[in-house]
Amino acid sequence: MLNRIADMGRYGVQVIESLGSATLLFANSLMWGGPGSAGFADLVRQIFSVGVRSLSIIAVAGFFVGMVLGLQGYTILVDFGSEAALGTLVSLTLLRELGPVVTALLFAGRAGSALTAEIGLMKATEQLSAMEMMGVDPLKRVITPRLWAGIISMPILALIFSTVGIWGGAFVAVDMLGIDDGAYWGNMQAAVEFYNDVAKGIFKSFVFGWVVTWIAVYQGYASIPTSEGIGKATTQTVVVSSLAVLGLDFVLTAVMFGGV
Amino acid sequence: MGKRTVEFSVGVFMVLGMIALVLMALRVSGLSMDDAADTYTVRARFDNLGGLNERAKVSMAGVTIGRVTKIYLDDKWYSAVVEMEINKSMSTLSKDTSAAILTAGLLGEKYVGLSVGAEEEYLKDGDWIEDTQSALVLEELIGRFLFSKAKE
Repeated sequence: MLNRIADMGRYGVQVIESLGSATLLFANSLMWGGPGSAGFADLVRQIFSVGVRSLSIIAVAGFFVGMVLGLQGYTILVDFGSEAALGTLVSLTLLRELGPVVTALLFAGRAGSALTAEIGLMKATEQLSAMEMMGVDPLKRVITPRLWAGIISMPILALIFSTVGIWGGAFVAVDMLGIDDGAYWGNMQAAVEFYNDVAKGIFKSFVFGWVVTWIAVYQGYASIPTSEGIGKATTQTVVVSSLAVLGLDFVLTAVMFGGV
Repeated sequence: MGKRTVEFSVGVFMVLGMIALVLMALRVSGLSMDDAADTYTVRARFDNLGGLNERAKVSMAGVTIGRVTKIYLDDKWYSAVVEMEINKSMSTLSKDTSAAILTAGLLGEKYVGLSVGAEEEYLKDGDWIEDTQSALVLEELIGRFLFSKAKE
């Protein structure tokens, strides 16, 4: 019994510790510069592996999510004779919620896990220690470009997700279900405001990109450098960042749209 | 993967992001940049629009023949002015065409319905539709009904 309480205490201390070291990691790797620091070319390469490589899954997922929203919204709205509001429903759902959130979840699975595994393997093969031996700060060399690549890529991916989704919704609504083209786009334009919906959605995806990448690089950097440890860290990245995204989404929604 | 390919695809990625942002601004949040190539504009004055939106349909006999492009309040007459573009293919609308604001279904969107007149002359670009009928406002109808009941 006493052991169990001690275990719980140890676990709590570990959580606080990892939160502290994650914050330190973030603070130390946010800025560029220092000996052997990564350059602009590294950032471009990381945006390629984090952002461009996630593009296909994001676009396909967005298209299907938009089409499903169109179909489901239609079957409900048509009962009230207000299927003209379908464009509003699809666009606001995507811009405010599904665009940033689903993109962040896919991003955690596609790019976050890869980041963790890559950095974990660098640690296991002692590449990070070798950098330190050469007087190169591995944080600036390895973590900084990856962190920034994630922060830059996520909003772009979320925007593409929403755009493709609205287009997919239009495909179902206008071309398949025969809703008037002008009603779909016109009602959407009447309801969507650039600042209130588009910009706030972009802000959300920016925050999610930051959180997911941060968790991913931290899990990789703090992983136990064995094959089992890296596997565990990769799983942990997907689990923790997905939960963090969903929890933060509620907070952000409450603050930005809730009128609290 | 070559260095050039990486740089090129990141560039494409950035451009895609910008295109998505522009689409969001113009197409979704409604900063429209449509050119009025094959349309002509007519205007009509209404006492009450009752929730008519810009880009609403303009239809005749149930067929869409144009769009509402602009809505503003005339500060001299205190009435609403609706500008609509009508497709050039419908250039034979007589001068005494009447316009009414109608609702699609009980809760549906508002649109402008045109009914054809009898005159020989046709509406031209920039003309006014004189004969208009405002939107039915449910509250006013109920108010009138209650008032007439109370008088009985």
